[in-house]
Amino acid sequence: MIARAETRADVPASGVLASLLKRAALAAGVAFLLTVGIVGFELVSSTGELEYHTRFGSIVVTVAAVFFGYLAMGLLQAGLIWPAIIGAVVVGAVLLFVLVGSIRDPSLERFLPYESSIVDWSLLMFPVGIVLRGLWLFGKARSQAKTGRIAGSRRYSGWLAWALIGAALVLPFMPFADRRLVDIATLTLTYIMLGWGLNIVVGLAGLLDLGYVAFYAVGAYSYALLSTNYGLGFWVCLPLAGALAATFGILLGFPVLRLRGDYLAIVTLGFGEMIRIVLINWYWFTGGPNGINNVARPSFFGLDFDRNPDEGVAAFHTFFGIEYSPMQRVVFLYFLILACALVTNHFTLRIRKMPLGRAWEALREDETACRALGINPTNTKLTAFAFGAMFAGFAGSFFAARQGFISPESFVFLESAVILAIVVLGGLGSQIGIVLAAVVLIGIPEFFRELKDYRMLAFGLGMVLIMVWRPGGLLAHRDPTMLLHGRKRGRS
Amino acid sequence: MPDAPLLTVEHLSMRFGGLVAVDDVSFAAADRAITAIIGPNGAGKTTVFNCLTGFYKPSIGCMRLDGARGSFLLERLDGFRVAQKAGVARTFQNIRLFAGMSVLENLVVAQHNRLMKASGYTVLGLFGLGTYRAEEQAAVERARYWLDRTGLTNAADDQAASLPYGAQRRLEIARAMCTEPVLLCLDEPAAGLNARESAELNELLLKIRDDEKIGILLIEHDMSVVMEISDYIVVLDYGRKIAEGVPSEIRRDANVIKAYLGEAEDEGPAARAGEARP
Amino acid sequence: MAYFSQQLINGLALGSIYGLIAIGYTMVYGIIGMINFAHGDIYMLGAFHSLILFLILGSLGVTWVPLAILLVLVFAMVLTAMYGWAVERVAYRPLRGSTRIAPLISAIGMSILLQNYVLLLQGARGKPLHGVVTGSIPLFEQGGFVVQIGYMQILIILVTIVLMAGFTWLITRTTLGRAQRACEQDRRMAALLGVNIDRTISMTFVIGASLAAVAGLMVTLYYGIIDFYIGFVAGIKAFTAAVLGGIGSLPGAMLGGMLIGLIEAFWSAYFTVEYKDVAAFSVLVLVLIFRPTGLLGKPDVEKV
Repeated sequence: MIARAETRADVPASGVLASLLKRAALAAGVAFLLTVGIVGFELVSSTGELEYHTRFGSIVVTVAAVFFGYLAMGLLQAGLIWPAIIGAVVVGAVLLFVLVGSIRDPSLERFLPYESSIVDWSLLMFPVGIVLRGLWLFGKARSQAKTGRIAGSRRYSGWLAWALIGAALVLPFMPFADRRLVDIATLTLTYIMLGWGLNIVVGLAGLLDLGYVAFYAVGAYSYALLSTNYGLGFWVCLPLAGALAATFGILLGFPVLRLRGDYLAIVTLGFGEMIRIVLINWYWFTGGPNGINNVARPSFFGLDFDRNPDEGVAAFHTFFGIEYSPMQRVVFLYFLILACALVTNHFTLRIRKMPLGRAWEALREDETACRALGINPTNTKLTAFAFGAMFAGFAGSFFAARQGFISPESFVFLESAVILAIVVLGGLGSQIGIVLAAVVLIGIPEFFRELKDYRMLAFGLGMVLIMVWRPGGLLAHRDPTMLLHGRKRGRS
Repeated sequence: MPDAPLLTVEHLSMRFGGLVAVDDVSFAAADRAITAIIGPNGAGKTTVFNCLTGFYKPSIGCMRLDGARGSFLLERLDGFRVAQKAGVARTFQNIRLFAGMSVLENLVVAQHNRLMKASGYTVLGLFGLGTYRAEEQAAVERARYWLDRTGLTNAADDQAASLPYGAQRRLEIARAMCTEPVLLCLDEPAAGLNARESAELNELLLKIRDDEKIGILLIEHDMSVVMEISDYIVVLDYGRKIAEGVPSEIRRDANVIKAYLGEAEDEGPAARAGEARP
Repeated sequence: MAYFSQQLINGLALGSIYGLIAIGYTMVYGIIGMINFAHGDIYMLGAFHSLILFLILGSLGVTWVPLAILLVLVFAMVLTAMYGWAVERVAYRPLRGSTRIAPLISAIGMSILLQNYVLLLQGARGKPLHGVVTGSIPLFEQGGFVVQIGYMQILIILVTIVLMAGFTWLITRTTLGRAQRACEQDRRMAALLGVNIDRTISMTFVIGASLAAVAGLMVTLYYGIIDFYIGFVAGIKAFTAAVLGGIGSLPGAMLGGMLIGLIEAFWSAYFTVEYKDVAAFSVLVLVLIFRPTGLLGKPDVEKV
């Protein structure tokens, strides 16, 4: 709720202040109405009968935070930078005093408004943000000349990609790389791959797919069922799972891809949920809510990672004559998903420069114009849908192989939303942005478990803020796929 | 009117619910000629275009195209196939470029169907096989040719949305021409152009007619454009055809003057009246 | 026959709730052409507000049920409407005139945000409310099966009818309604003629959210248990109802809601309960594919 201040420099400061105070009070009033119910009363049903606990302190602090935050932002906008900064510093100092003090002296805790120390600490972001913004505005006012910043940062991104790949390659061999780190890295890579796959559909072709997790599920169940029922190995099933997921994509996509963008989103969401419900209820085939256990693990060119593999199967450690360690499988899985993810990335980079990829982007820009140029919109969308689904299928069969166990619970709408959030926050269409978003959204919360509860809240908030701030996505820069004049002219 | 018609429209009608937007319109457009469709606002000109280019299915009527790619009944073709198979390209009243893509990419996307074939429907192209490389080079050359003709060569690597308005209009024409059409349909190409740009446009259209040897169908409000470059004019009013003929005939036609000026007034030639309109 | 009649009654009560939510979708779609994905969560907030208010009134000693329900209704509508207003102001207004996909992503973000906001504040466990309105009237008996209509079902259907009547009056007779319809037709023109676009759109969200709050209250009383996740499926079904009725059409939303309620009741009764959500989703898909304008919607001619 940031006001667009209509105030100008020639309006007297007192008038500005009066109107600002009025609007800040209004915002505080709104904040009060928003928080008085849900925040103020906590419903507790521990004894079977429902009762409530009050949390009025939280309301007071929230309302005050909105009031002063609004005031500070308004002051900044009106050009009164120093009062805002000084106020923020004072508030921040008091807050910090209580926060730090409460670590040693629990009696101070009653001054803290919220039940969770993470939320209490995150309150600090507001004064810090206001100070930074104020300083930035101040700096901008001092030096009007600010050009040539963007040009440098782009050459950088190619570099960054190679550095990231290099880091990913050596990561498992680092001394600090324990099992937990590699596991988290593997999980993050799975989401990176899913993000890259969904990016084909959403970022390139502009089709909002809210049921992407359905194809992930198809891939996972294909592998699990094929391997447990027919004893097929991972390497045979991987392409099959991809093909099955792609087929599903085509079957589902064919009737609905004619729909307008937002309808398509809802229908894909519906399909995603339908597939999940079917997975839950189709007991004899999918195992219902219990899922499928004991899914076979992938092998390394026929070499098993077990300590004592079955009769007639060579073990990885005996073949190479090394000591058995469970880390071998973990590291192998890590490299497997790394390879899969890089293939996805390479495919996307490659197809962007192909007629099909250009047609996807053209379709995103203007479907009507595409039709006028003789491009078949349905088929073109369908291919995007199918390719996206295929990569989800690959990722799904990897997921099943890694877990050794799957159930419908892994394929809820929230997963689709998480993958979409990664794509959106990374900047629609930006490959590196997706990596960064996945690391921030998946990797870091995995490390700091306490943050996990707040992860989805942050996802939602992030999606809203990014859209409001930069509707094109965070790193929305787009490089042309071909140049007539070569790179000689430095365009920024 | 020059020889065999490229496009023959017979008894075309288009209804939206109770509204009859186009009512029993018949006309023909010759190959290697510029045929203009004019008429006051709401006369049904763009609806005729939308029927011709496959965006609407006409309620009644027959639209026959006899071009270099063969004979087609346009009303039987699905939306995009009108452009793909029959070779009818169009531009839009409110410019529709691929705004986020570069100028060159806009022109290469227009050659999508040919490039798809050359890339083995992507499969071969992904592995660097097939004739894709050469065909892509040819596509770039074709794009360069049209960039040169529309004076956009220097802007080739810029984002389409960053072009000035007049250049965007020219780019849209260049993009349509990159599909190598047999009939080019232009929906108010001079709208919003200044006098100099408008004159350049005239020159470009005449060149397209003479050098590429294709038919051009034109909707236009700007009478200076219509009267100067059209070989033949069809006048619509309230969805009906009220006149057709060469420009000199239209200028004197009583029905046309009435449609543009209303019953009561009798001053001035239709040309002036047309210019006064937006 | 008796069983059938019973399902009819159940379906109508359920359908009324969907219809009330669907109005919020359809109004927002009509006026700004976006799917307010967070609307289901607004309804969930309405249910939580109702529950909290019931407990507060209980501890204040307001025990006469009609008065309690009336007070809860009014306050829940006000509090929930603030959320409708705030969501539009924060997440959608800055995106007006942006691409089609941006507000939808913002709305999905808002939906996730609201769900987790309530999850963190109120916990994941379902919150029960026992028997505020109980009892039923037996209608007739056939073959040992007594068809009855619960007082709660009567209340739901009555409240829905009253609200629909009031609402129709609002849209057809008041300045706000006129402004709303003008904005639907042509927003820029309406602005030129002096309609305050921002306020009209805000009011649309406020009205939609208050109706969703009513639906939340009804659901709390009807089922007696709510949690932070109820908005998701109910939201999709209500959206389905809006599409089925013809998105943008208010009677359509009500009709669609009733149909979805009936489909769900009959499907659960005669086929399998497990697949009742699949039935609703299938209806959505089929309607969008074969009749995207819905039952009462206006055909939408593509402008090129």
